[in-house]
Amino acid sequence: MNRTKQNVRKIALYAGLILIALVQLFPLYWLFTFSLKDNMQIFTTNPLGLPNPYRFENFADVLQRGQVASFLLNSLLVTTATIAVSTVLSTMAAYAIARMKWKWSNTALLFFLMGMMIPLHATLVPLFIFLKRTNLYDTPFALILPYVAFAIPMAIYIFVGFFKTIPAEMEEAACLDGMSIYGIFVKIMVPLIRPAIATVAIFTYLSCWNELMFAISFISKPQWKTLTVGIMGMVGMYATNWGALGAGLVVATVPTLIIYLLMSGEIQKSFTTGAIKG
Amino acid sequence: MDKVLRDRRAIAIFILPALLVFSSVVILPIAFSGYYSLLEWNGAGKSTFIGLSNYLEMFTNPSTYFVKGIVNSALLAGLSVFVQIPLALGLALLISHGIRLEGFFRNVYFIPVIISTTVIGQLWMKIYHPNNGMLNILLTDLGLAALKRNWLADPSISLGAAFFVLIWQYIGYHMLLMYSAIKAIPTSLYEAAEIDGCSKSQLSRHIAIPLIMPMIKVCVTFALIGSLKTFDLIYVLTKGGPIHATEVPTTLMFANIFLNYRYGMGSAMAIFILVECLVLTVFVQRFFKVENYEF
Repeated sequence: MNRTKQNVRKIALYAGLILIALVQLFPLYWLFTFSLKDNMQIFTTNPLGLPNPYRFENFADVLQRGQVASFLLNSLLVTTATIAVSTVLSTMAAYAIARMKWKWSNTALLFFLMGMMIPLHATLVPLFIFLKRTNLYDTPFALILPYVAFAIPMAIYIFVGFFKTIPAEMEEAACLDGMSIYGIFVKIMVPLIRPAIATVAIFTYLSCWNELMFAISFISKPQWKTLTVGIMGMVGMYATNWGALGAGLVVATVPTLIIYLLMSGEIQKSFTTGAIKG
Repeated sequence: MDKVLRDRRAIAIFILPALLVFSSVVILPIAFSGYYSLLEWNGAGKSTFIGLSNYLEMFTNPSTYFVKGIVNSALLAGLSVFVQIPLALGLALLISHGIRLEGFFRNVYFIPVIISTTVIGQLWMKIYHPNNGMLNILLTDLGLAALKRNWLADPSISLGAAFFVLIWQYIGYHMLLMYSAIKAIPTSLYEAAEIDGCSKSQLSRHIAIPLIMPMIKVCVTFALIGSLKTFDLIYVLTKGGPIHATEVPTTLMFANIFLNYRYGMGSAMAIFILVECLVLTVFVQRFFKVENYEF
């Protein structure tokens, strides 16, 4: 092929890729910069440039007056509890389904997998009424309980896949040593599927941390609001103070970005593993 | 060994906790939703059994806007399948054939996916702001002031504006899924084709795309179901407005429950969304036949 023609194509390819990268990144760049500006800069003097001067007061403001620190803690509590409980429940169930011998194991798997197709919306009203009647409404449990339940199907699906790849000799050896089935599960099998647990934990983290519909329906007390609900409330509070709202949005995003920067490979794997169900 | 793995008590202890939580929080409520959908009920007072009237009303009474919501979500599904997925496939093909900064591009395209839709929605509300938003300021700076719009307040363009954000946010998701499928194809297949004189575009057309068809099918399923379930972004950006221009089934369901206190109507809509998701999943599985290859 003609060399110049090849070069032109290469330049066009990179130009296209960079253009799309700009479309993806520029809104986020704008968010990060306006979170450090005052309205004057955002609206007229300096809407697109780097902040000058930097207004770190915006962050101090949302963390104290805007209660974002409390929202962060609530999100952290709900997400951590969900990951912990759903991991314990799903590894146990997946072990029984994948390794133990009983007639209904396949039926049980199909039953759980059905959950992967069910939208949260179909359970909204009954869960709302249930939570109101049991006084769990407006407590962290109102979110942890449904989040755990909806995390179970995907987790079981992935864990079953991993448990099935482990050779039977591992269990047999432990069994001959006189270990009980519970010992085998806790000491041998769970450590072997640690990579899968990381994958599932990341996926669960992202879906809980970002969930909106249950969070706005089941929590109304400011004291228990998670980040997504809290941000919705901040819109009214900071309607005329864009910088502070921007700071709130940045605070809500930074934990996820840090996790992403530390383990982007793991995160991308968690998305693709979940998709390979054909 | 066999005896240990057949221990019924152990099986019950392992499986029951998950089974109990899943059945009572996911499956049982669906049955309740089905029952509520047959009632006229404000959630507090007495309920009246009205049969299928809610379903009838949501399809025949235009003031429920439900048909409009379905049409809107179908439009979004069409956009996802015919614009977003082809674009994502193009990106995945381009960055997977050993270009420089492959990892950088992959990460940049993917980052919007992990950010909360609530944050994305608030951000784009500011971007679309008529006076001080980034988009109109950018258009002015580029000498395109004639294109300035009141993006979210003008009913003729608000739907497009809202959908653009959804396409923007999730394009990286489909890109990543197809990228990982392309990367799983053994390089020996490419090398053999290159020796036979295949060009880059022929490699994509005759090797990569046919081999990743199973993943494209997954993407289509996710895109369709995601479009029917879409809620967060529309709720944050427009709440279905202006004058119902951007309603989708989920926003209507939400408004019927928490604004109009029509629990029966809201439940009927929820059941419809559920059935729609199940039917479409089965439909794609059935009619989108692809060959699975083992490498």
